[in-house]
Amino acid sequence: MKEIVVLSGKGGTGKTSVVGALAALAERKVLADCDVDAADLHLLLSPLERVRNEFWSGQVACIDPDRCNECGLCQELCRFHAIRDFQVEEVSCEGCGLCHHVCPTEAITMKENMAGHWFISDTRYGPLVHARLGIAQENSGKLVAVVRQQAKKVAEEQALDYIISDGPPGIGCPVISSLSGAALALLVTEPTLSGMHDLERVLGVCRHFGVPAAVCINKYDLNEENSRQIESQCLSQGVKVIGRIPFDNAVTASIVQGVPVVEYSTGRITREIVRMWQHLSTALAGRSGR
Amino acid sequence: MRISIASGKGGTGKTLIATSLALALSDRYHVQLLDCDVEEPNDHVFLRPEITGREAVTIPVPRVNEGKCTHCRKCAEVCAYNAIAVMADHVLTFPQLCHGCGACSYLCPEKAITEEGREIGVIEWGRSGAVDLVQGRLTVGEAMAPPIIRKVKTQAVRDGIALIDVPPGTSCPVVEAISGSDFCLLVTEPTPFGLNDLALAVETVQELGVPCGVVLNRAGIGDSGVVDYCSDKNIPVLLTIPLDTEIARLYSRGITLVAGMPEWKSNFLRLFDRVTEMIDERDRSSKR
Repeated sequence: MKEIVVLSGKGGTGKTSVVGALAALAERKVLADCDVDAADLHLLLSPLERVRNEFWSGQVACIDPDRCNECGLCQELCRFHAIRDFQVEEVSCEGCGLCHHVCPTEAITMKENMAGHWFISDTRYGPLVHARLGIAQENSGKLVAVVRQQAKKVAEEQALDYIISDGPPGIGCPVISSLSGAALALLVTEPTLSGMHDLERVLGVCRHFGVPAAVCINKYDLNEENSRQIESQCLSQGVKVIGRIPFDNAVTASIVQGVPVVEYSTGRITREIVRMWQHLSTALAGRSGR
Repeated sequence: MRISIASGKGGTGKTLIATSLALALSDRYHVQLLDCDVEEPNDHVFLRPEITGREAVTIPVPRVNEGKCTHCRKCAEVCAYNAIAVMADHVLTFPQLCHGCGACSYLCPEKAITEEGREIGVIEWGRSGAVDLVQGRLTVGEAMAPPIIRKVKTQAVRDGIALIDVPPGTSCPVVEAISGSDFCLLVTEPTPFGLNDLALAVETVQELGVPCGVVLNRAGIGDSGVVDYCSDKNIPVLLTIPLDTEIARLYSRGITLVAGMPEWKSNFLRLFDRVTEMIDERDRSSKR
Protein backbone atom coordinates (compact mmCIF):
# COMPACT_ATOMS: atom_id res chain seq x y z
CA MET A 1 0.00 0.00 0.00
CA LYS A 2 1.34 3.41 -0.98
CA GLU A 3 0.55 6.74 0.51
CA ILE A 4 0.42 9.84 -1.68
CA VAL A 5 0.02 13.21 0.01
CA VAL A 6 -0.97 16.27 -2.00
CA LEU A 7 0.60 19.50 -0.75
CA SER A 8 1.24 22.97 -2.16
CA GLY A 9 2.71 25.43 0.31
CA LYS A 10 0.49 28.17 -1.01
CA GLY A 11 -3.23 27.72 -0.47
CA GLY A 12 -5.78 27.68 -3.25
CA THR A 13 -3.59 26.18 -5.95
CA GLY A 14 -5.98 23.29 -6.53
CA LYS A 15 -4.99 20.51 -4.10
CA THR A 16 -8.54 19.47 -3.36
CA SER A 17 -9.62 19.55 -7.01
CA VAL A 18 -6.64 17.33 -7.89
CA VAL A 19 -7.38 14.90 -5.04
CA GLY A 20 -11.05 14.80 -6.08
CA ALA A 21 -9.96 13.90 -9.61
CA LEU A 22 -7.55 11.20 -8.35
CA ALA A 23 -10.41 9.83 -6.24
CA ALA A 24 -12.31 9.22 -9.45
CA LEU A 25 -9.30 7.83 -11.36
CA ALA A 26 -7.42 5.62 -8.91
CA GLU A 27 -8.72 2.19 -8.05
CA ARG A 28 -8.54 0.44 -4.68
CA LYS A 29 -7.75 3.40 -2.44
CA VAL A 30 -8.79 5.14 0.72
CA LEU A 31 -9.05 8.92 0.73
CA ALA A 32 -7.86 11.04 3.63
CA ASP A 33 -8.56 14.73 4.15
CA CYS A 34 -5.63 16.00 6.20
CA ASP A 35 -6.66 19.65 5.92
CA VAL A 36 -8.45 19.40 9.24
CA ASP A 37 -8.66 23.19 9.63
CA ALA A 38 -10.64 23.88 6.51
CA ALA A 39 -11.59 20.56 4.97
CA ASP A 40 -13.25 20.76 1.56
CA LEU A 41 -12.76 17.34 -0.03
CA HIS A 42 -16.14 16.11 1.25
CA LEU A 43 -17.79 18.75 -0.94
CA LEU A 44 -16.68 16.80 -4.03
CA LEU A 45 -17.30 13.26 -2.81
CA SER A 46 -20.79 13.35 -1.20
CA PRO A 47 -19.77 11.19 1.76
CA LEU A 48 -22.16 9.16 3.85
CA GLU A 49 -20.91 9.26 7.42
CA ARG A 50 -20.44 5.80 8.90
CA VAL A 51 -18.27 6.41 11.99
CA ARG A 52 -18.00 9.57 14.08
CA ASN A 53 -15.48 9.95 16.90
CA GLU A 54 -14.56 12.72 19.27
CA PHE A 55 -10.98 13.95 19.22
CA TRP A 56 -9.73 14.72 22.71
CA SER A 57 -6.37 16.36 22.82
CA GLY A 58 -4.40 18.42 25.26
CA GLN A 59 -5.70 20.24 28.28
CA VAL A 60 -6.71 23.74 29.23
CA ALA A 61 -6.33 25.43 32.59
CA CYS A 62 -9.36 26.33 34.64
CA ILE A 63 -9.29 28.66 37.67
CA ASP A 64 -11.71 28.14 40.55
CA PRO A 65 -12.55 31.72 41.61
CA ASP A 66 -13.54 30.56 45.11
CA ARG A 67 -10.07 29.23 45.81
CA CYS A 68 -8.07 31.87 43.92
CA ASN A 69 -6.47 34.45 46.22
CA GLU A 70 -5.43 36.60 43.28
CA CYS A 71 -1.71 36.39 44.02
CA GLY A 72 -0.97 36.74 40.32
CA LEU A 73 1.81 34.13 40.16
CA CYS A 74 0.13 32.17 37.34
CA GLN A 75 -0.27 35.30 35.29
CA GLU A 76 3.33 36.28 35.83
CA LEU A 77 4.69 32.86 34.80
CA CYS A 78 2.42 32.07 31.84
CA ARG A 79 4.46 32.55 28.68
CA PHE A 80 1.43 32.34 26.43
CA HIS A 81 -0.29 35.35 28.03
CA ALA A 82 -3.30 33.12 28.57
CA ILE A 83 -4.25 34.41 32.01
CA ARG A 84 -5.70 37.88 32.44
CA ASP A 85 -7.52 39.21 35.50
CA PHE A 86 -7.36 35.76 37.10
CA GLN A 87 -9.23 34.17 34.24
CA VAL A 88 -7.96 31.78 31.58
CA GLU A 89 -8.29 32.80 27.97
CA GLU A 90 -8.78 29.34 26.55
CA VAL A 91 -7.79 30.18 22.99
CA SER A 92 -4.32 31.26 24.18
CA CYS A 93 -3.78 28.43 26.67
CA GLU A 94 -1.32 25.83 25.36
CA GLY A 95 -2.07 23.43 28.20
CA CYS A 96 1.44 23.35 29.65
CA GLY A 97 0.09 23.18 33.23
CA LEU A 98 2.75 25.41 34.80
CA CYS A 99 0.02 27.52 36.44
CA HIS A 100 -1.60 24.39 37.84
CA HIS A 101 1.67 23.22 39.37
CA VAL A 102 2.63 26.55 40.96
CA CYS A 103 -0.72 27.81 42.27
CA PRO A 104 -0.26 28.16 46.05
CA THR A 105 -3.99 27.69 46.75
CA GLU A 106 -4.47 24.81 44.28
CA ALA A 107 -7.14 26.81 42.54
CA ILE A 108 -6.14 25.73 39.04
CA THR A 109 -7.11 22.41 37.52
CA MET A 110 -6.37 21.13 34.06
CA LYS A 111 -9.36 19.87 32.13
CA GLU A 112 -9.31 17.62 29.10
CA ASN A 113 -9.99 19.42 25.87
CA MET A 114 -12.36 18.18 23.17
CA ALA A 115 -10.60 19.50 20.12
CA GLY A 116 -12.72 18.19 17.26
CA HIS A 117 -14.16 15.15 15.52
CA TRP A 118 -13.00 12.60 12.99
CA PHE A 119 -15.12 10.53 10.66
CA ILE A 120 -15.02 7.51 8.41
CA SER A 121 -17.44 7.85 5.54
CA ASP A 122 -18.46 5.90 2.48
CA THR A 123 -18.27 7.55 -0.90
CA ARG A 124 -18.87 6.11 -4.31
CA TYR A 125 -15.11 6.41 -4.84
CA GLY A 126 -14.26 4.37 -1.75
CA PRO A 127 -13.83 5.09 1.96
CA LEU A 128 -12.96 8.62 3.14
CA VAL A 129 -11.36 9.47 6.48
CA HIS A 130 -11.84 13.11 7.40
CA ALA A 131 -11.97 15.38 10.41
CA ARG A 132 -13.09 18.69 11.76
CA LEU A 133 -10.82 20.53 14.18
CA GLY A 134 -12.81 22.61 16.66
CA ILE A 135 -12.80 26.34 16.00
CA ALA A 136 -9.64 28.06 17.27
CA GLN A 137 -8.16 24.77 18.53
CA GLU A 138 -4.60 23.61 18.77
CA ASN A 139 -3.07 20.27 17.91
CA SER A 140 -4.14 20.11 14.30
CA GLY A 141 -0.98 18.04 13.74
CA LYS A 142 -2.22 15.40 16.17
CA LEU A 143 -5.61 15.26 14.49
CA VAL A 144 -3.88 14.85 11.12
CA ALA A 145 -1.94 11.94 12.64
CA VAL A 146 -5.23 10.34 13.72
CA VAL A 147 -6.69 10.74 10.22
CA ARG A 148 -3.63 9.12 8.65
CA GLN A 149 -3.57 6.32 11.18
CA GLN A 150 -7.24 5.53 10.55
CA ALA A 151 -6.78 5.70 6.78
CA LYS A 152 -3.91 3.26 7.06
CA LYS A 153 -6.05 0.93 9.14
CA VAL A 154 -8.85 1.02 6.55
CA ALA A 155 -6.32 0.39 3.76
CA GLU A 156 -4.88 -2.60 5.60
CA GLU A 157 -8.26 -4.08 6.50
CA GLN A 158 -9.50 -3.84 2.94
CA ALA A 159 -6.12 -4.62 1.33
CA LEU A 160 -6.20 -1.40 -0.69
CA ASP A 161 -3.37 -0.19 -2.93
CA TYR A 162 -3.32 3.53 -2.15
CA ILE A 163 -3.91 6.13 0.50
CA ILE A 164 -4.51 9.48 -1.19
CA SER A 165 -4.35 12.43 1.20
CA ASP A 166 -5.43 16.01 0.67
CA GLY A 167 -2.91 18.01 2.70
CA PRO A 168 -3.13 21.41 4.37
CA PRO A 169 -1.48 24.58 3.04
CA GLY A 170 1.72 25.93 4.58
CA ILE A 171 4.83 24.13 5.81
CA GLY A 172 4.24 23.94 9.57
CA CYS A 173 2.88 21.49 12.09
CA PRO A 174 -0.08 19.92 10.20
CA VAL A 175 1.93 19.73 6.96
CA ILE A 176 4.81 17.93 8.65
CA SER A 177 2.29 15.63 10.28
CA SER A 178 0.69 14.86 6.87
CA LEU A 179 3.99 14.26 5.14
CA SER A 180 6.37 12.27 7.28
CA GLY A 181 6.76 8.72 6.04
CA ALA A 182 4.55 9.08 2.93
CA ALA A 183 5.67 7.31 -0.27
CA LEU A 184 5.35 10.43 -2.40
CA ALA A 185 4.34 14.07 -2.12
CA LEU A 186 2.51 15.53 -5.10
CA LEU A 187 3.04 19.28 -4.98
CA VAL A 188 0.39 21.31 -6.75
CA THR A 189 1.63 24.76 -7.69
CA GLU A 190 0.61 27.61 -9.97
CA PRO A 191 2.75 29.84 -12.19
CA THR A 192 2.57 32.90 -9.94
CA LEU A 193 5.50 34.40 -8.05
CA SER A 194 3.77 33.52 -4.77
CA GLY A 195 3.13 29.96 -5.90
CA MET A 196 6.78 29.58 -6.97
CA HIS A 197 8.11 31.03 -3.72
CA ASP A 198 5.93 28.70 -1.68
CA LEU A 199 6.81 25.66 -3.83
CA GLU A 200 10.48 26.17 -2.98
CA ARG A 201 9.69 26.07 0.72
CA VAL A 202 7.46 23.01 0.58
CA LEU A 203 10.08 21.23 -1.56
CA GLY A 204 12.51 22.05 1.24
CA VAL A 205 10.19 20.39 3.75
CA CYS A 206 9.97 17.25 1.57
CA ARG A 207 13.77 17.09 1.39
CA HIS A 208 14.05 17.68 5.12
CA PHE A 209 11.82 14.71 5.85
CA GLY A 210 13.17 12.54 3.02
CA VAL A 211 9.91 12.22 1.12
CA PRO A 212 10.25 12.10 -2.71
CA ALA A 213 8.29 14.83 -4.48
CA ALA A 214 6.68 15.31 -7.89
CA VAL A 215 5.18 18.57 -9.13
CA CYS A 216 1.93 19.43 -10.86
CA ILE A 217 1.64 22.92 -12.38
CA ASN A 218 -1.99 23.96 -12.25
CA LYS A 219 -3.33 26.82 -14.43
CA TYR A 220 -0.21 26.21 -16.51
CA ASP A 221 -1.21 28.74 -19.18
CA LEU A 222 -1.87 31.62 -16.76
CA ASN A 223 1.76 32.70 -17.12
CA GLU A 224 3.76 30.39 -19.38
CA GLU A 225 7.03 32.16 -18.68
CA ASN A 226 6.64 31.42 -14.98
CA SER A 227 5.61 27.84 -15.81
CA ARG A 228 8.81 27.34 -17.81
CA GLN A 229 10.80 28.72 -14.90
CA ILE A 230 9.16 26.25 -12.51
CA GLU A 231 10.04 23.44 -14.94
CA SER A 232 13.68 24.42 -15.14
CA GLN A 233 13.94 24.87 -11.37
CA CYS A 234 12.42 21.45 -10.80
CA LEU A 235 14.73 19.93 -13.40
CA SER A 236 17.79 21.40 -11.70
CA GLN A 237 16.68 19.92 -8.39
CA GLY A 238 15.90 16.50 -9.88
CA VAL A 239 12.17 16.87 -9.23
CA LYS A 240 9.82 15.64 -11.95
CA VAL A 241 6.99 17.81 -13.26
CA ILE A 242 4.33 15.21 -13.97
CA GLY A 243 1.26 17.38 -14.48
CA ARG A 244 0.52 20.44 -16.59
CA ILE A 245 -3.09 21.37 -16.08
CA PRO A 246 -4.55 24.20 -18.14
CA PHE A 247 -6.80 26.88 -16.66
CA ASP A 248 -10.39 25.83 -17.21
CA ASN A 249 -13.66 27.22 -15.83
CA ALA A 250 -14.84 23.60 -15.67
CA VAL A 251 -12.97 23.31 -12.34
CA THR A 252 -15.19 25.87 -10.64
CA ALA A 253 -18.27 24.51 -12.38
CA SER A 254 -17.48 21.01 -11.11
CA ILE A 255 -17.06 22.33 -7.55
CA VAL A 256 -20.48 23.96 -7.81
CA GLN A 257 -21.89 20.63 -9.00
CA GLY A 258 -20.03 18.86 -6.22
CA VAL A 259 -18.30 16.31 -8.46
CA PRO A 260 -14.66 15.65 -9.40
CA VAL A 261 -13.66 17.65 -12.48
CA VAL A 262 -12.78 14.53 -14.49
CA GLU A 263 -16.42 13.47 -14.22
CA TYR A 264 -17.66 16.89 -15.22
CA SER A 265 -15.51 17.65 -18.24
CA THR A 266 -14.34 15.52 -21.16
CA GLY A 267 -12.04 18.30 -22.32
CA ARG A 268 -8.29 18.78 -22.29
CA ILE A 269 -8.16 19.33 -18.55
CA THR A 270 -9.44 15.82 -17.92
CA ARG A 271 -7.01 14.31 -20.42
CA GLU A 272 -4.12 16.10 -18.68
CA ILE A 273 -5.17 14.86 -15.25
CA VAL A 274 -5.57 11.29 -16.53
CA ARG A 275 -2.08 11.49 -17.99
CA MET A 276 -0.75 12.80 -14.67
CA TRP A 277 -2.30 9.90 -12.79
CA GLN A 278 -0.65 7.47 -15.22
CA HIS A 279 2.73 9.10 -14.51
CA LEU A 280 2.06 9.05 -10.80
CA SER A 281 1.01 5.41 -10.61
CA THR A 282 3.98 4.37 -12.75
CA ALA A 283 6.34 6.35 -10.53
CA LEU A 284 4.86 4.69 -7.46
CA ALA A 285 5.02 1.21 -8.95
CA GLY A 286 8.80 1.70 -9.12
CA ARG A 287 9.04 2.39 -5.38
CA SER A 288 8.83 -0.11 -2.60
CA GLY A 289 5.61 0.21 -0.68
CA ARG A 290 5.04 1.34 2.85
CA MET B 1 -5.97 50.73 14.40
CA ARG B 2 -5.37 47.09 13.68
CA ILE B 3 -7.07 45.35 10.73
CA SER B 4 -6.42 41.70 9.94
CA ILE B 5 -6.96 40.07 6.58
CA ALA B 6 -7.94 36.41 6.84
CA SER B 7 -9.80 33.80 4.82
CA GLY B 8 -10.17 30.24 6.08
CA LYS B 9 -9.51 28.89 2.60
CA GLY B 10 -6.07 29.48 1.13
CA GLY B 11 -5.46 31.24 -2.15
CA THR B 12 -8.52 33.48 -2.08
CA GLY B 13 -6.48 36.67 -2.32
CA LYS B 14 -5.54 37.71 1.23
CA THR B 15 -2.08 38.83 0.18
CA LEU B 16 -3.39 40.74 -2.83
CA ILE B 17 -5.90 42.59 -0.63
CA ALA B 18 -3.42 43.23 2.20
CA THR B 19 -0.70 44.63 -0.07
CA SER B 20 -3.14 46.65 -2.23
CA LEU B 21 -4.82 48.15 0.83
CA ALA B 22 -1.44 49.01 2.35
CA LEU B 23 -0.35 50.83 -0.81
CA ALA B 24 -3.67 52.63 -1.23
CA LEU B 25 -3.53 54.00 2.32
CA SER B 26 0.16 54.75 2.47
CA ASP B 27 0.09 58.32 1.15
CA ARG B 28 -2.49 59.38 3.75
CA TYR B 29 -1.55 57.41 6.83
CA HIS B 30 1.39 55.72 8.43
CA VAL B 31 0.82 52.14 7.28
CA GLN B 32 2.52 49.08 8.64
CA LEU B 33 1.95 45.68 7.07
CA LEU B 34 2.63 42.68 9.32
CA ASP B 35 2.94 39.44 7.35
CA CYS B 36 1.87 36.80 9.87
CA ASP B 37 1.58 34.02 7.27
CA VAL B 38 4.97 32.92 8.53
CA GLU B 39 4.83 29.49 6.86
CA GLU B 40 4.49 31.08 3.43
CA PRO B 41 5.06 34.85 3.69
CA ASN B 42 4.34 36.49 0.34
CA ASP B 43 3.75 40.18 0.98
CA HIS B 44 7.39 40.79 0.09
CA VAL B 45 6.78 39.27 -3.36
CA PHE B 46 4.35 42.12 -4.09
CA LEU B 47 6.07 44.95 -2.21
CA ARG B 48 9.72 44.11 -2.90
CA PRO B 49 10.91 45.90 0.21
CA GLU B 50 14.45 46.72 1.10
CA ILE B 51 15.03 44.54 4.17
CA THR B 52 16.84 46.62 6.76
CA GLY B 53 16.71 44.45 9.84
CA ARG B 54 16.47 40.86 10.92
CA GLU B 55 16.12 39.12 14.23
CA ALA B 56 16.11 35.43 15.08
CA VAL B 57 13.05 34.00 16.80
CA THR B 58 13.95 31.48 19.42
CA ILE B 59 12.02 29.44 21.91
CA PRO B 60 13.55 28.67 25.28
CA VAL B 61 14.34 24.97 25.55
CA PRO B 62 15.75 23.18 28.59
CA ARG B 63 19.41 22.48 29.19
CA VAL B 64 20.05 20.08 32.03
CA ASN B 65 23.06 20.43 34.29
CA GLU B 66 23.75 16.74 34.88
CA GLY B 67 26.02 17.63 37.81
CA LYS B 68 23.10 19.05 39.76
CA CYS B 69 20.40 16.63 38.52
CA THR B 70 19.25 13.94 40.95
CA HIS B 71 17.03 12.20 38.35
CA CYS B 72 13.96 12.83 40.46
CA ARG B 73 11.81 12.89 37.27
CA LYS B 74 9.90 16.02 38.26
CA CYS B 75 10.66 17.67 34.90
CA ALA B 76 9.36 14.70 32.91
CA GLU B 77 6.23 14.53 35.07
CA VAL B 78 5.30 18.16 34.52
CA CYS B 79 6.15 18.39 30.81
CA ALA B 80 2.84 18.35 28.93
CA TYR B 81 4.56 17.79 25.58
CA ASN B 82 6.77 14.76 26.37
CA ALA B 83 9.77 16.87 25.50
CA ILE B 84 11.93 15.66 28.38
CA ALA B 85 12.59 12.12 29.58
CA VAL B 86 14.60 10.99 32.58
CA MET B 87 16.71 7.85 32.27
CA ALA B 88 18.51 6.07 35.10
CA ASP B 89 21.63 8.17 34.76
CA HIS B 90 20.87 10.96 32.33
CA VAL B 91 18.14 13.20 30.98
CA LEU B 92 17.01 13.31 27.34
CA THR B 93 15.42 16.40 25.87
CA PHE B 94 13.47 16.65 22.61
CA PRO B 95 13.74 20.30 21.61
CA GLN B 96 11.44 19.85 18.58
CA LEU B 97 8.56 18.94 20.90
CA CYS B 98 9.23 21.72 23.43
CA HIS B 99 6.77 24.63 23.53
CA GLY B 100 9.07 26.70 25.75
CA CYS B 101 6.59 26.97 28.62
CA GLY B 102 9.35 26.92 31.24
CA ALA B 103 7.63 24.43 33.55
CA CYS B 104 10.62 22.07 33.82
CA SER B 105 13.15 24.74 34.72
CA TYR B 106 10.83 26.55 37.12
CA LEU B 107 9.77 23.40 38.93
CA CYS B 108 13.10 21.56 39.08
CA PRO B 109 13.80 21.22 42.83
CA GLU B 110 17.57 21.18 42.25
CA LYS B 111 17.55 24.20 39.91
CA ALA B 112 19.43 21.95 37.51
CA ILE B 113 17.64 23.18 34.40
CA THR B 114 18.48 26.39 32.61
CA GLU B 115 17.07 27.48 29.28
CA GLU B 116 18.74 28.22 25.99
CA GLY B 117 17.22 29.68 22.85
CA ARG B 118 16.53 27.38 19.90
CA GLU B 119 16.04 29.23 16.63
CA ILE B 120 12.83 28.35 14.77
CA GLY B 121 12.64 31.27 12.38
CA VAL B 122 13.28 34.96 11.86
CA ILE B 123 11.44 38.22 11.66
CA GLU B 124 12.53 40.80 9.13
CA TRP B 125 11.57 44.38 8.59
CA GLY B 126 12.00 46.88 5.82
CA ARG B 127 10.31 49.53 3.77
CA SER B 128 8.62 49.62 0.42
CA GLY B 129 7.72 53.16 -0.63
CA ALA B 130 5.80 54.55 2.31
CA VAL B 131 4.78 51.13 3.67
CA ASP B 132 6.60 49.58 6.62
CA LEU B 133 6.73 45.81 6.26
CA VAL B 134 7.42 43.32 9.02
CA GLN B 135 7.42 39.65 8.12
CA GLY B 136 7.99 36.41 9.94
CA ARG B 137 9.54 33.37 8.35
CA LEU B 138 9.34 29.89 9.86
CA THR B 139 12.47 27.85 9.21
CA VAL B 140 11.81 24.98 6.77
CA GLY B 141 11.35 21.77 8.76
CA GLU B 142 10.11 23.54 11.89
CA ALA B 143 6.53 23.01 13.05
CA MET B 144 5.61 25.83 15.39
CA ALA B 145 4.37 29.02 13.76
CA PRO B 146 2.67 30.80 16.71
CA PRO B 147 5.86 32.00 18.49
CA ILE B 148 6.96 33.70 15.26
CA ILE B 149 3.55 35.27 14.77
CA ARG B 150 3.68 36.57 18.36
CA LYS B 151 7.07 38.08 17.65
CA VAL B 152 5.91 39.79 14.45
CA LYS B 153 2.99 41.30 16.35
CA THR B 154 5.25 42.77 19.02
CA GLN B 155 6.50 45.10 16.26
CA ALA B 156 3.06 46.62 15.68
CA VAL B 157 3.02 50.38 16.09
CA ARG B 158 0.40 51.97 18.32
CA ASP B 159 -0.41 54.95 16.13
CA GLY B 160 -1.12 54.60 12.47
CA ILE B 161 -2.62 51.60 10.75
CA ALA B 162 -1.36 48.07 11.23
CA LEU B 163 -2.57 45.56 8.63
CA ILE B 164 -2.10 41.90 9.48
CA ASP B 165 -1.86 39.27 6.74
CA VAL B 166 -3.20 36.10 8.43
CA PRO B 167 -2.36 32.51 7.45
CA PRO B 168 -5.15 30.31 6.04
CA GLY B 169 -7.13 27.94 8.25
CA THR B 170 -8.92 28.30 11.58
CA SER B 171 -6.51 26.87 14.17
CA CYS B 172 -3.88 28.25 16.53
CA PRO B 173 -1.74 30.29 14.08
CA VAL B 174 -4.88 32.02 12.79
CA VAL B 175 -6.09 32.84 16.31
CA GLU B 176 -2.65 34.13 17.23
CA ALA B 177 -2.60 36.42 14.18
CA ILE B 178 -6.15 37.82 14.47
CA SER B 179 -6.44 38.28 18.22
CA GLY B 180 -6.33 41.92 19.28
CA SER B 181 -7.55 43.20 15.90
CA ASP B 182 -10.18 45.94 15.71
CA PHE B 183 -11.59 44.42 12.55
CA CYS B 184 -11.10 41.40 10.32
CA LEU B 185 -11.57 41.37 6.56
CA LEU B 186 -12.46 37.88 5.34
CA VAL B 187 -11.46 37.30 1.75
CA THR B 188 -13.37 34.59 -0.07
CA GLU B 189 -14.50 33.41 -3.49
CA PRO B 190 -18.02 32.54 -4.62
CA THR B 191 -17.66 28.74 -4.70
CA PRO B 192 -18.84 25.99 -2.33
CA PHE B 193 -15.20 25.68 -1.10
CA GLY B 194 -15.07 29.42 -0.46
CA LEU B 195 -18.39 29.31 1.38
CA ASN B 196 -17.51 26.30 3.53
CA ASP B 197 -14.27 27.89 4.68
CA LEU B 198 -15.78 31.37 5.06
CA ALA B 199 -18.35 29.99 7.50
CA LEU B 200 -15.49 28.46 9.55
CA ALA B 201 -13.56 31.73 9.47
CA VAL B 202 -16.65 33.67 10.61
CA GLU B 203 -17.01 31.29 13.57
CA THR B 204 -13.35 31.86 14.42
CA VAL B 205 -13.53 35.68 14.42
CA GLN B 206 -16.78 35.58 16.38
CA GLU B 207 -15.11 33.36 18.96
CA LEU B 208 -12.45 36.07 19.24
CA GLY B 209 -15.04 38.87 19.40
CA VAL B 210 -13.60 40.65 16.36
CA PRO B 211 -16.10 42.30 13.96
CA CYS B 212 -15.78 41.26 10.32
CA GLY B 213 -16.75 42.05 6.77
CA VAL B 214 -16.24 40.16 3.52
CA VAL B 215 -14.17 40.85 0.42
CA LEU B 216 -15.51 38.79 -2.46
CA ASN B 217 -12.78 37.95 -4.95
CA ARG B 218 -13.24 36.41 -8.42
CA ALA B 219 -16.89 37.41 -8.46
CA GLY B 220 -18.67 36.00 -11.48
CA ILE B 221 -17.49 32.43 -11.15
CA GLY B 222 -19.29 29.82 -9.10
CA ASP B 223 -22.65 30.35 -7.48
CA SER B 224 -24.57 32.72 -5.20
CA GLY B 225 -23.92 30.73 -1.99
CA VAL B 226 -21.46 33.19 -0.43
CA VAL B 227 -23.63 36.24 -1.11
CA ASP B 228 -26.72 34.46 0.25
CA TYR B 229 -24.80 33.40 3.34
CA CYS B 230 -23.57 36.95 3.97
CA SER B 231 -27.02 38.50 3.70
CA ASP B 232 -28.43 35.72 5.87
CA LYS B 233 -25.81 36.31 8.58
CA ASN B 234 -25.89 40.07 8.18
CA ILE B 235 -22.21 40.24 7.24
CA PRO B 236 -21.48 43.12 4.88
CA VAL B 237 -19.72 42.47 1.58
CA LEU B 238 -17.37 45.45 1.61
CA LEU B 239 -15.56 44.99 -1.68
CA THR B 240 -16.19 42.88 -4.77
CA ILE B 241 -13.40 42.07 -7.21
CA PRO B 242 -14.50 40.45 -10.47
CA LEU B 243 -12.87 37.42 -12.07
CA ASP B 244 -10.59 39.09 -14.55
CA THR B 245 -7.72 37.45 -16.43
CA GLU B 246 -5.83 40.75 -16.38
CA ILE B 247 -5.92 40.81 -12.56
CA ALA B 248 -4.83 37.15 -12.47
CA ARG B 249 -1.91 37.91 -14.81
CA LEU B 250 -0.81 40.91 -12.74
CA TYR B 251 -1.04 38.72 -9.65
CA SER B 252 1.09 36.03 -11.28
CA ARG B 253 3.83 38.63 -11.78
CA GLY B 254 3.62 39.86 -8.20
CA ILE B 255 1.90 43.16 -8.99
CA THR B 256 -0.74 44.55 -6.63
CA LEU B 257 -4.10 45.76 -7.85
CA VAL B 258 -3.29 49.33 -6.84
CA ALA B 259 0.04 49.35 -8.70
CA GLY B 260 -1.20 47.48 -11.78
CA MET B 261 -4.64 49.08 -12.10
CA PRO B 262 -4.49 52.48 -10.36
CA GLU B 263 -8.24 52.96 -10.78
CA TRP B 264 -8.62 50.41 -7.96
CA LYS B 265 -7.07 52.75 -5.42
CA SER B 266 -10.35 54.58 -4.75
CA ASN B 267 -12.11 51.26 -4.14
CA PHE B 268 -9.57 50.36 -1.47
CA LEU B 269 -9.91 53.80 0.13
CA ARG B 270 -13.68 53.31 0.21
CA LEU B 271 -13.19 49.86 1.71
CA PHE B 272 -11.09 51.42 4.45
CA ASP B 273 -13.73 54.12 5.10
CA ARG B 274 -16.40 51.46 5.53
CA VAL B 275 -14.19 49.50 7.90
CA THR B 276 -13.49 52.57 10.05
CA GLU B 277 -17.23 53.41 10.09
CA MET B 278 -17.99 49.90 11.33
CA ILE B 279 -15.31 50.12 14.02
CA ASP B 280 -16.64 53.55 15.14
CA GLU B 281 -20.22 52.25 15.24
CA ARG B 282 -19.15 49.34 17.34
CA ASP B 283 -17.22 51.60 19.74
CA ARG B 284 -20.24 53.87 20.09
CA SER B 285 -22.62 51.01 20.77
CA SER B 286 -20.26 49.41 23.29
CA LYS B 287 -20.06 52.72 25.21
CA ARG B 288 -23.81 52.98 25.40
